Amino acid sequence: MEITTQEFKHCDLIKITGRIDSSTAPVFGKALDKANENGRFKIVLDMSGLEYMSSAGFRAMLASQRNCQRYNRGELVLVAVPERIREALELAGFTELFKTFDDSVTAVGSF
Amino acid sequence: MTKLTFQARFDFLNDIREFVARIARQGGFSEKEIYSLQLAADEAATNIIEHACADLPNANFDVTCEMRGNTLMIIMHDMGAPFDPAAIQPPNLTADLSARKIGGLGLYLMHKLMDEVHYTPNSKTGNVLTMLKHRG
Repeated sequence: MEITTQEFKHCDLIKITGRIDSSTAPVFGKALDKANENGRFKIVLDMSGLEYMSSAGFRAMLASQRNCQRYNRGELVLVAVPERIREALELAGFTELFKTFDDSVTAVGSF
Repeated sequence: MTKLTFQARFDFLNDIREFVARIARQGGFSEKEIYSLQLAADEAATNIIEHACADLPNANFDVTCEMRGNTLMIIMHDMGAPFDPAAIQPPNLTADLSARKIGGLGLYLMHKLMDEVHYTPNSKTGNVLTMLKHRG
């Protein structure tokens, strides 16, 4: 798993590639936390290069969404969710908790 | 060789997923089905590592994966703490964000992704989890 964070004026763009399971989810969670610690609560998560995500990744996304949306200060939105991952998120009832966009330009522009 | 022993550590989840994918691919499952099988096996192994073997340093557990006719069978055998599946609350999938609980999600996904999930706890001979998926 690799994570890159890019700061835009109104939001952070975090791109994750590879696989997120219980061994890599803590690093993923820390990257999301770090944005919040820097006072950034509008986050675009680019999942286009993600091959796999277990519920450990869902858990990190849920925790981050809670933190971002607190006091209406922001939101975590998803970009280019791969089909298999989207299906698993749907099974878990998670799709309604996150806005999704097809591309990161539109997502960044939404903030 | 259809039975492999893994250390109860998250670093081995990828190997477990690869093992299941290899057997499922040989058994003629589609890539979509293979993803589901890998996810179910990952969630099951994660629960064993995170809960059953939490207090056991250097614990191992066995994973058996093989085709029986048109059915893929995954069996996980651990010597850790047994649990009562009936005591695990199913997740509330429609709760709003603040009320959403994450516990029990792995077990829920296993049941949704597999055709059959059976769990036999035994503190003496070990706990046995059996999951079956029929080829579509």
